[in-house]
Amino acid sequence: MKILVPVKRVPDYQVKVKLAADGASIDTSQTKWIVNPFDEIAVEEAIKLKEAGAASEVVVVGIGPEDVATQLRYTMAMGADSAVLVKTSEYVDSSLAAEILAAVFRRGSYGLIIMGKQAIDSDAGQTPQILAALLQLPQACFASKVVIAEGQATVTREVDGGLETLRIPLPGVISTDLRLNTPRYAPLPGIMKAKKKPLEELSIEQLGVKPTARVRIKRMTYPQQRQGGKKVASVEELVTVLQSEAKVL
Amino acid sequence: MGDILVFLQLHEGSLLKASLSAVSAAQELKQRWNCGRLVGLLLGPRSKEAAANAARYGFDELRWCESSELAHYLAAPYASTVSAVLKGGEFDVFVAAATSIGKDLTPRIAALWDAGQASDIIAVNPDGSLKRPMYAGDILADVEITSAKKAVTVRPTAFAPAVEGKSGSVTEAPYTAAAFAAGSFIEYKGSGGDRPELGDAAIVVSGGRALQSAENFEKYIFPLADVLGAAVGASRAAVDSGYAPNDWQVGQTGKVVAPQLYIAAGISGAIQHLAGMKDSKVIVAINKDAEAPIFEIADYGLVADLFEALPKLTAEIKRIKGQ
Repeated sequence: MKILVPVKRVPDYQVKVKLAADGASIDTSQTKWIVNPFDEIAVEEAIKLKEAGAASEVVVVGIGPEDVATQLRYTMAMGADSAVLVKTSEYVDSSLAAEILAAVFRRGSYGLIIMGKQAIDSDAGQTPQILAALLQLPQACFASKVVIAEGQATVTREVDGGLETLRIPLPGVISTDLRLNTPRYAPLPGIMKAKKKPLEELSIEQLGVKPTARVRIKRMTYPQQRQGGKKVASVEELVTVLQSEAKVL
Repeated sequence: MGDILVFLQLHEGSLLKASLSAVSAAQELKQRWNCGRLVGLLLGPRSKEAAANAARYGFDELRWCESSELAHYLAAPYASTVSAVLKGGEFDVFVAAATSIGKDLTPRIAALWDAGQASDIIAVNPDGSLKRPMYAGDILADVEITSAKKAVTVRPTAFAPAVEGKSGSVTEAPYTAAAFAAGSFIEYKGSGGDRPELGDAAIVVSGGRALQSAENFEKYIFPLADVLGAAVGASRAAVDSGYAPNDWQVGQTGKVVAPQLYIAAGISGAIQHLAGMKDSKVIVAINKDAEAPIFEIADYGLVADLFEALPKLTAEIKRIKGQ
């Protein structure tokens, strides 16, 4: 079974993002890019499935400018076998991303798509579900445990109030939550090997997808900063202010 | 614009408060976008009775479907049933609360209905654009859905629950199967307890990694939560360390809460955690480290060892409540 793992590059979450001069995008001139952490978990899960004999090949796919290749190489250094880069400089929203990924999926014979439940830049959390709908495949989102056996995936999902378990026939789409696994660091020999692994470049047009976004960002602003910082000296003072000042007790 | 369909989520036959927040958002959208009728849809067991009860929240019409195929939530049959309703009417807008079901279901419906989606909106702007957080809440974006059909998920804490208004009619909606094998529900395991639901609670007491163990959560966090009638939350670090179950996680990728009072004990205040609680009315931070970033946003900070402060705080609140 071949596994397709969509990978998005996002700004490093340890650095605060800055707005660009146009007021509708972020300034990426100094941005350090990383693999979306949820996608990294997906790559790890796919590699583990391959190591366990449940999968034969792991293909990663990225969308964006030329240098997204850096993140794809990183996931190949972790252990993915090959990569596809769909090159575009256009704004790609969730539905366009899903249409592109659906076209990539149809070019190969994949048994499973596994990807992050959300990207930590847009925080939209849509692409896996849209992709599943476009491909008429079942979905199991927010996975914290995945077991593949006999052409089916048994997936434990993180849902409101607890954990839910589903079984879906494959091919299907699984989206990963935080506690599915802890991604490995790319080992040094892996980094050397990754340079020689195949990376296919495609254009959106080659895939026959019309690059139409359905959502447009009109403006971006910083949220109002919360004014905190007041300190109390003791538990007794805390209770007093919560009672008399904040009136929440 | 055409009509609005609101997905109303049931839990054991009762309407979720989060869905009432989605109704409020839908009413704002109706006004801003000049939409037609407001229609609610309820699926699954006891949805007929729940539809009759929910009709009073200002709806023009309520639809329900009690097909046994919808007994347990599963994305594909739910999405095909909802999208069939959308395609069969004058609808231009679909709205759901951003609960785990709303988040799982809405993009699937949007795809089947050729709609663009704005996720987790926190406001409807005067110009009709939708405000939503990005980058863990570091940025607020005003977005426009440019497609004719529009899907929206609503952050429940950002909209007050709908109040009763005019009552609409109640009709049955047909079940529409997915065109492929969608899988099956196996089991649900709740993390249990009698405490209020984290997303709805008026008071939340959260613990961080400084708690050091699940036993200490029980010993120090639970008694304070119980004397306050509060829900219990946790930081990602505490959940990752196994001190608290997954669905207690407050933050960018966990639950977003906005209670009247949020008490953060032993939580340093990473941006990802703040994204899930910074809209709380009053924030209290208790931390040994006076430099912890949580103090910058806390209304009241107490620099103290939580293993001493929490039992004292519990006792003090018990005393003033006369327990």
